[in-house]
Amino acid sequence: MTIRRILMAAAAPVVAIVFSIAISSVVLMIAGTSPLEAWMEMLSYGTRLETLVATANRATPLYLAGIAVAIGFRMNLFNIGVEGQYVLAALLSASVGAAVDLPAALHVALIMLVAMTVGSLFAGVAGYLKVTRGVHEVISTIMLNAVALAAVGYMLRNWLIDDTDTSLNMKTPEIPPSGRFPNLNGVVETFTREITRGRELWGFILVAALVGVLFHLFLTRTRVGYDLRATGLNPFAAEASGVDPKATVMRTMLLSGAVAGLIGLPEVLGDSYKYDLAFTRGLGFTGIAVALVGRNHPAGVAVGALLFAWLDSAAPILDVVGDTPREIVSILQGVVVLSAVVAYEVVNRIRRSQEARDAAYATRQTTAVET
Amino acid sequence: MTAVAGTRRLRDSTVLRWMVAALGIVVALSITQELARPETTDLISSGTAEATLRRAVPILLAGLGGLWAERAGVVNIGLEGMMILGTWFGAWGALEFGPWWGIAIGIAGGAAGGLLHAVATVGFGVDHIISGVAINILAPALARFLSREVFGWSTPDIFGWVDDRGWFLVSDLCAVLSGITSDISWATILALALVPASVVILWRTSIGLRIRAAGEHPVAADSLGVNVYRMKYLAVVVSGGLAGFGGAFIVIEQTGIYREAQTQGRGFIGLATVIFGNWQPVGALVGSLLFGFADALQLRDRTAVHSLLLLAGVALAALAVRAIWRRRTRAAISLATGATLVLWWYSVTDKVMGELPPITPHLATLLVLVFAGSRLRMPAANGLRYRRGQE
Repeated sequence: MTIRRILMAAAAPVVAIVFSIAISSVVLMIAGTSPLEAWMEMLSYGTRLETLVATANRATPLYLAGIAVAIGFRMNLFNIGVEGQYVLAALLSASVGAAVDLPAALHVALIMLVAMTVGSLFAGVAGYLKVTRGVHEVISTIMLNAVALAAVGYMLRNWLIDDTDTSLNMKTPEIPPSGRFPNLNGVVETFTREITRGRELWGFILVAALVGVLFHLFLTRTRVGYDLRATGLNPFAAEASGVDPKATVMRTMLLSGAVAGLIGLPEVLGDSYKYDLAFTRGLGFTGIAVALVGRNHPAGVAVGALLFAWLDSAAPILDVVGDTPREIVSILQGVVVLSAVVAYEVVNRIRRSQEARDAAYATRQTTAVET
Repeated sequence: MTAVAGTRRLRDSTVLRWMVAALGIVVALSITQELARPETTDLISSGTAEATLRRAVPILLAGLGGLWAERAGVVNIGLEGMMILGTWFGAWGALEFGPWWGIAIGIAGGAAGGLLHAVATVGFGVDHIISGVAINILAPALARFLSREVFGWSTPDIFGWVDDRGWFLVSDLCAVLSGITSDISWATILALALVPASVVILWRTSIGLRIRAAGEHPVAADSLGVNVYRMKYLAVVVSGGLAGFGGAFIVIEQTGIYREAQTQGRGFIGLATVIFGNWQPVGALVGSLLFGFADALQLRDRTAVHSLLLLAGVALAALAVRAIWRRRTRAAISLATGATLVLWWYSVTDKVMGELPPITPHLATLLVLVFAGSRLRMPAANGLRYRRGQE
């Protein structure tokens, strides 16, 4: 029984990935290039140490984004606003980090605290509107994304810009060394060879992993987490058993926003030490994809984040060798998302009908015994 | 007796109410123009009107797309992705076969996206938001891949025919529609004609009744023999086609260039017009004109945007007076406070920040939802999963 359940849980993502590879291969064949060659090329480039480091660095913010979205999804709240929340949080926390001077650990902690607070408060606006005015969070977060990005542009241009910088790149002042997150190159290099090309493995990956563990413990071991899951599974039953739906909505949005606030920090604390025009955007939307592929489970989201990150990191080789456009990877990712959600739905339905059949069978057995 | 019934029908007519609202906006605009005379003269001019129309059409088409889907009970936040498909397929079709084919192929591209959304949501029962998000991820990826494959790496590509597209315009109609429409195209007229067409099809034909029934109460519709699945499929495919038309319009009519990320979130703004317009086609038209106006004004004249604050202040004050008239004290107080704040902002500044105009649609939608949310009426079964034979 349990083996069957595990197999069924694993079936959907595997089917989705195989289906997506098949679709992209067909697309490549239509385009007139050899899919096998492209995949082999990506596989050999993608297993090099430097590519793996790049994968980990890309997966870190993607995982945080996925978890931020998943927190909402677990209680049927769609936080589409992760995008706006994390960009706003990155700008403000980078500015605060550059403005203060503290001992190393405290400095980093302060930056993280600011980022989480900003993300949390901005997500809280959508939660508040839902609780008090009944505004659907999908619409409000979509609209608030635009507001956040406009606010980021305005604040960077007028208030937070580094005046000493004369280049055209608008940026905030740099965070001093005490506010930076150490890299993990030393740790990795004791097991493998030296990491070349100036690649650094961002230490923030540890924070991301911790967030994943905490998310799991929160869902399975705390009352608030239980309320959240219960509300997601059956809001009416949860309310009947004494869960306050409004408080749960607020808590979920605040929590989701707090994690969203962290998304920009791997880059800010590990690489750029500032917010500038080159800051990576769009992670909030990719985070939705990652959460969907990972089925909002801490481990599943990790797999999704690593998959997307690896595809992103291994794809550039396609532009160097052969004549496959690297954009095929974006198609692959898009198809994975759509086929994964369809596959989960189908598996869900099969499981439900199987459970119904099992239950019917069991009932028949007992009645047979009784008579 | 019939006269009384007639007046009541006129008063209750949503189309009429929205037209009155639109007229009110124009009157308010011309008053504001008089008040702001030395500062700007661009607030209400034929140039602004033309730019407004041109900017409003893609938003309108996305809005109508959202309206069709939601009237059948399917939330379509994949509009943005379907618009992106429309831009690429429109550009490709226009380059290969000429502008009209471009629009037709753009519509087909968007409709294909709509079909995908319908298969996922109606066929497989996937959550509407999730499917829409997935399409918004897939569509730009597909467009990027295709533009790389077909257009080469450099996507910008000016169509030669844009310069001599005289045949694409409706010069004859200029005289009829006076100065506002000096440069109007058939595509624009077609888009505008889709507003009354949507009203007629959705509210005056049996198929429209069935589509709306699928969005209001699918179980009841099913019990009366309506094929709910088919209605939803139809409406969502039409929805995608409309969004695709909007995308093709941006490429072929508005810019003449295919670029990546050209839609700039207009699909989402279209979604906003659906809410703003209370799920009515004419409401979506008014909304898209309003948002198109904000868009056009900031491109033409930054100082004119500043005088928009005056307009907003006056409008809020008028609403406050109306609230006092209706003895709704709390609403009156908040509206009056808002009016004072905006007018104060107008008086102490002499230009408005450049980031503000592009987000007017988003702010307006939030405000409408917050302050008039209880008076909006969306289709009753909108966004709900429907499986035949299950309550």
